Amino acid sequence: MLDQLNRLEGEALAALETVKESDALAEWDRSYLGKKGALTLLLRAVGDLPKEERPAFGRAANEAKVRLEAAYEARAEALRREEMVRELEQGTLDVTLPGRPAGPGHLHITTQTLRRIYAIFAEMGFQVYESPEVETDEMNFGLLNMPPHHPARDMWDTFWVSDEALLRTHTSPGQMRAMREYCPEPIRVILPGKCYRYEQITARSEHQFYQVEGLAVGRNITMADLITTLTEFARRYYGAERRVRIRGSYFPFTEPSIEVDVDCILCEGQGCRVCKYSGWLEIAGAGMVHPVVLQNGGYDPDVWSGFAFGPGVERPAMLKHSIDDIRLFYGNDLRFLRQF
Amino acid sequence: MRVPLSWLKDYVDITIPISELAERLTLAGLEVETIQYIGQPEAELPWDPKRVVVGEIRAVHFHPNADRLVLAEVDYGGAERETVVAGPPSLLDLRGQEDVHLKVAFAMEGTSLYDGYAEGWQIKTLKQATIRGVSSRCMVCSEKELGLADRHGDIIYLPEDAPVGAPLVEYLGDAVLEFDIKGPFGHVLSVFGVAREVAALLNVPLRRDALQVLDRHPSDLTPAPDFLTLEIADPDLCPRYSAALIQGIEVGSSPFWMQMRLRRAGMRPINNIVDVTNYVMLELGQPLHAFDYYILRAKPGEDRPAIIVRRAQPGEQMETLDGTLRTFDGEMLLITDGGGPVAVAGVMGGLESEVTEDTTDVLLESANFDFISVRRTSRLLGLASDASQRFGRRVDPELTVKAAARAAHLMAGLAGGSVVPVVGDVYPGQQPQRVIPFDPAYATRILGVQVPTEEMARILTSLEFQVQPATDPETDLPIFQVTVPSHRQDVERPVDLVEEVGRIWGYDRFPTTLMRDELPPQRTNHRLEGAERVRDLLVGCGLNEIITYSLVNLEDEGKLRLGGPASDPDDYLHVLNPLSAERDVLRQTLLPSALHTVRDNLRFVDRVFLFEIGAVYLPVRGQTLPDELRRLCIVMTGPREARSWMAGQDRALVDFYDLKGVVEALLAGLKLDGAFEPGTHPALHPGRCARVSVAGRGVGVMGELHPLVRDGFDLPAQSVCVLEFDLDGLLFDWGVSYRMAPLSVHPPVYEDLAVVVEEDVPAVRVHDLIAQTGGALVRSVVLFDVYRGAQVGGGKKSLAYRLTYQADDRTLTDREVAKLRGKIVRRLEREVGATLRS
Ligand SMILES: [Zn+2]
Repeated sequence: MLDQLNRLEGEALAALETVKESDALAEWDRSYLGKKGALTLLLRAVGDLPKEERPAFGRAANEAKVRLEAAYEARAEALRREEMVRELEQGTLDVTLPGRPAGPGHLHITTQTLRRIYAIFAEMGFQVYESPEVETDEMNFGLLNMPPHHPARDMWDTFWVSDEALLRTHTSPGQMRAMREYCPEPIRVILPGKCYRYEQITARSEHQFYQVEGLAVGRNITMADLITTLTEFARRYYGAERRVRIRGSYFPFTEPSIEVDVDCILCEGQGCRVCKYSGWLEIAGAGMVHPVVLQNGGYDPDVWSGFAFGPGVERPAMLKHSIDDIRLFYGNDLRFLRQF
Repeated sequence: MRVPLSWLKDYVDITIPISELAERLTLAGLEVETIQYIGQPEAELPWDPKRVVVGEIRAVHFHPNADRLVLAEVDYGGAERETVVAGPPSLLDLRGQEDVHLKVAFAMEGTSLYDGYAEGWQIKTLKQATIRGVSSRCMVCSEKELGLADRHGDIIYLPEDAPVGAPLVEYLGDAVLEFDIKGPFGHVLSVFGVAREVAALLNVPLRRDALQVLDRHPSDLTPAPDFLTLEIADPDLCPRYSAALIQGIEVGSSPFWMQMRLRRAGMRPINNIVDVTNYVMLELGQPLHAFDYYILRAKPGEDRPAIIVRRAQPGEQMETLDGTLRTFDGEMLLITDGGGPVAVAGVMGGLESEVTEDTTDVLLESANFDFISVRRTSRLLGLASDASQRFGRRVDPELTVKAAARAAHLMAGLAGGSVVPVVGDVYPGQQPQRVIPFDPAYATRILGVQVPTEEMARILTSLEFQVQPATDPETDLPIFQVTVPSHRQDVERPVDLVEEVGRIWGYDRFPTTLMRDELPPQRTNHRLEGAERVRDLLVGCGLNEIITYSLVNLEDEGKLRLGGPASDPDDYLHVLNPLSAERDVLRQTLLPSALHTVRDNLRFVDRVFLFEIGAVYLPVRGQTLPDELRRLCIVMTGPREARSWMAGQDRALVDFYDLKGVVEALLAGLKLDGAFEPGTHPALHPGRCARVSVAGRGVGVMGELHPLVRDGFDLPAQSVCVLEFDLDGLLFDWGVSYRMAPLSVHPPVYEDLAVVVEEDVPAVRVHDLIAQTGGALVRSVVLFDVYRGAQVGGGKKSLAYRLTYQADDRTLTDREVAKLRGKIVRRLEREVGATLRS
């Protein structure tokens, strides 16, 4: 029996040498070490031996089994290694081929710009307040300190839909709506949306455009706060290195009124066609809410003060991305929209 | 408005560089758009101070070889005279004269000049040249050669007192500030008005000589001068009318210096009388008008001319100075004489009473008109003038007699003649002086910066406000009583004074402060967040967002109503003044614009998947404003997958189910359950249209475009999938909180179930029956095959589902699964007549 065991072990080890793939290895395992494998059968035959020979055979057989199992493991490991090498050799791709098209679409550049503006002002506590696009003359002009025939009405060319209603020329009527809704709470809102002007469509002007009005009303709101807020916005939107210039200006619904410029990002303030060789780009009109407007909104100007500002939306995007034709925004050419 | 610096310096000393001055003015609200330098070092063509000088032609000789040229002997301050070849016609007649005294602009060899004969502005260097046999190395210049005019004309003749040899830049160089003045600020629309601002900004004195002519030449102001009958019939539109008479003048050219200033300010010199009216208007901001006194007619029975200021009779006519016959309505204000209209008040004079070469006596009008009335008349007549632009922004009524005296004495000085020392002056609209209590603490509260009180007083005083210390009657604290000067028609309230303090103090000096105010209640914006969520989900599905015009035309909206009645114009909100017929109504659907966008894009790309979120505008009877409803629109057309090199790419055209997949993804992302039912819509394929509802609320339709509608929008013959939803309806239930479903740790059992049903049984019915019957134990029901054909028989279809059975608390046994499956099959048999397909 011991001879038989030795023979079997020698035969098994020899056979293992010839195994070249995992299927053959599993077959080898079955035929020698499996339930009905040769070694298993031999071990079962131990009962046929005389009693005194049994321990010695048993020990030898177990030792042989351990050796065969170790040999199996080693062989299996070698095979795995070979297979991995084969896989690595065969799996080389041309990494320069284009990838499989995966495709989210694109938000309109106006939406993206609005979201950036929302985010910057949200951090300063301003929330979004929406108001109608078709407005009354009273909201768009009258309550904003521009009674009928007020000369400042000339600043806005207006689309009229009736004697009393028009397409809002700016987001400022939203100021009045926000004040009347929230009075007597303090207010910090931005009012985004579409506005309309009776203007021929050219590379520089559109009859439809977006604006984001801002409004803060409180008991301690000052011009210095306004200047700080807009400077902060300009630097957050256009870059921390930007210089900001505040100029006196005129709007009927603010007093004092200012305009905000940043140094031209196209020429770095040296002067170019876009900034009309001034080195500055106007980004927003602003000012302290006129006492008449505060009053119309329900706030006592002796107690309350406020500021308002109105940056455009297309213009910042145009400057940031060197877009030279505003018609691209609402022409919706996918070759344009997909760039953002 | 253009202001020459040389003119500005008549009233104020300017101690800082021009560019710095422009910046200071701009920051203070007087925006300087450009600075035009003339001859100065910053100019495109600086005049070389050594080589471009004042010269004097002393003799003119015949050119030996040319009839149209002369030899001019010029004294330019050098040791010897220089002889130059010149060709201006004005010198030809002087040939042979040895005692000439003509001051000219003289340029020497080596200097740069504009080429007088070239198109546009080309700079050349002056070189020695031999012209028809005579050598010449210098020249006498034309305006074009110096950059003063864009046309090459005669040479420039300078005034007699021009100092020979002086650099021309010192004598004629200048800088012109061009302003863009916003707002109704008549008080800065003049050289003097700008000078006043400069004086305040630089804290230097202001010279007022031009305003003080009346003090030097005392006149009687009377409403009834003996040379004129003066009446204001409509004082509401004419607060003041003043008239001066200048007798015995001779109309001619105005002097060089005045012409130069007028031209630099952007006006064309005409004659000494008209030029003076323009000059004083530019100088002081008071529009003036000169009538030929002898053309003005008397009222019947009177022997002296009359001026009557009154509203027009409707339909009354007059020919204005520009040669156009104008017709007036009853609200337009006219200046009339005894016979009829002679001027449109504050806008333009009449042709008939215009000053001509023969005029000897001038009646000078210096009046004040209601600014709204002038604006209205100017707009309705389509007639804007320098006068109407100033009157339309309010002119100081106190200015009329001062400006009249200034102009009258200038005329007398330039055109001879004498000023009648009586000025007609009717002033029904005199306003009391406005006094505003001004608390410095209020300025600090608004500005957020502590401007010293004495500095506030200085600023206001320098702008000609009178500032008196006073005591607040309520608080007993010291304040100011501020008297508003008559030229500040715009200042009405304390806050207007705060602005003066702020802008002159300088916004660039304001500190950086954070809002110290209480933070308002914070609210979430559910409406905006919902729309933004929809945008994100659709972009995630591969769609591109578009934004189209709100203004459309009815024809396009009508194209969606195939065969139905045309759109009723009365149902729409119209723009009364459209830019074009293309865009004259407010849209009620987003689809037409989206379809146009698709058509335009298909020229360049093959897959157009897009969406828009925007308002539609529905008029409501009895309501001034329309309802603005938010809509969502989707259009998809073209191959399902972008072209690539990959095997197995799906280049089939998208169809209804692609769009439905997007809708399902959208609903899933919004955590909403939608229901789809067969529907109809005139613009859609009748068999490929679904009405969609969410929680029982209809939100819109989706489907493939009807071929005829497709043709109507010039779209190619391929499936075009469209959707239009009411966004607010869609989002009505959005945003409620929900709980996560537990994840079972017990193994699922998968099983396929194929049933055969009649063709007209909707798939969703089978799905719902399986899901309802399976209850909580059937975790998912996925349709993986739809088969029609011989194996299932005509009029039938086979639907194959993969079911996932799973329990939260135990491993399901085969028996349990089999029992449930049997229950599902029996229910399907009973309710939809399904048979199990083996
Ligand atoms: Zn620039």
